[in-house]
Amino acid sequence: MSEVQTKVRIRLRVNGAEHEVDVEPRWLLSDVLRHQLGLTGTHVGCEQGVCGACTVLVDGRPERSCLMFAVQAEGHEVTTVEGLTPAEGLSPLQAAFQAHHALQCGFCTPGMLVTAEALLRENPNPTEEQVREALSGNVCRCTGYQFIVDAVLAAAREGRS
Amino acid sequence: MKPVAFSYHRPRTLDEALALLRSEPDCKVIAGGQSLIPLMNFRLSRPGALVDINEIEGLNRVEKTDGGLRIGALVRHQALAEHPLVREVCPVLAEAAGHVGHWAIRNRGSLGGSLAHADPAAELPAAMVALDARFEVASADGVRQVPARSFFLGYLMTDLAPDELLVAVHVPAQTGRAFGFHEFARRPGDFALAGAFAEVGPGGAGAVTWFGVSGGPERCELTFPEDAAAREAAFAALVEPFDPGQDAPYRRHLAVQAAERAYQQAVGGRG
Repeated sequence: MSEVQTKVRIRLRVNGAEHEVDVEPRWLLSDVLRHQLGLTGTHVGCEQGVCGACTVLVDGRPERSCLMFAVQAEGHEVTTVEGLTPAEGLSPLQAAFQAHHALQCGFCTPGMLVTAEALLRENPNPTEEQVREALSGNVCRCTGYQFIVDAVLAAAREGRS
Repeated sequence: MKPVAFSYHRPRTLDEALALLRSEPDCKVIAGGQSLIPLMNFRLSRPGALVDINEIEGLNRVEKTDGGLRIGALVRHQALAEHPLVREVCPVLAEAAGHVGHWAIRNRGSLGGSLAHADPAAELPAAMVALDARFEVASADGVRQVPARSFFLGYLMTDLAPDELLVAVHVPAQTGRAFGFHEFARRPGDFALAGAFAEVGPGGAGAVTWFGVSGGPERCELTFPEDAAAREAAFAALVEPFDPGQDAPYRRHLAVQAAERAYQQAVGGRG
């Protein structure tokens, strides 16, 4: 068996900032975001790609940060929920989540926000079915989804007005 | 849990990747990683080395060829579902790709990865069998062509040798045959409980390729009876020998219904 590498130095671009970090190749992007970079908005639920809590944007597209090694993110732009949040206050989507009571425990919320933000960038005028399809890979155990869908549709309406 | 330690290689060229596959004894290819990384997170898979092919140029192209399409192994499921050429030349493949996992999974999961992983409930291996695709398989010795219909050997098993890489698939243009697709899953994005591709040619001659009901894609030729009850009986006879494991009678029932809906889509001209 070949010699197993220990740590390698990588450059990560996260929320527009460059970071140099030493990582083991086996470290998941989700763990490096949380433990090395302190970006704990990205939540870790199932570590098998099912729950969607760890969803981040990679080059603008939603992907599972638990199904990607941090070394693989080199050369790509990663955006977490922190990167979608203004320095002061809330983004329009976040404000809509608050107004529509689209969160209870909040565990799934970062993944929901990241996915919905990507949807609205790609399709500013989604139908309810398109919202449900986009969010179908994000599990929420509190809300029953209805208020989340309402919030995304409200944010879309606001974005148009 | 977290993956065990492994050595990581990110070659920039195909030749480099193929050399690594030969020199590293205990290695796996990683493309999208949407099946491999869950297995590694649970330590069901413990490769000593990973060869990451994501940065190799040219593996993510879709090109029109004389006979149909050449689709690179790194084409992501979402790109496959949306690609204008795929939708034009092979709409049933675009439709099936849209059923793979969820949006975030489709953005990263790759065609070649799904085929090499060969999950029996996956859509794309069955699509390749139904469409009579041909696979371009490369190793340090050169390239060989493998028909999709002899590539899948059973549950998670393929004809790929450890030092080989699936680099592209060739999907022939479908002339004179209409295709349809249907699958049943508990929720959108889940693996199929049963799914089918129907292929209908002149005089009702054609085939059904099932997935999710046995160890791999199952293609059965038949002449589709015009009478609905006769068709259902024909499908039921074909799915009878399959072993879907749990809930076999229910899953065989779904397989029959999936075949019927796929057939209806094919003859309705929407395939």
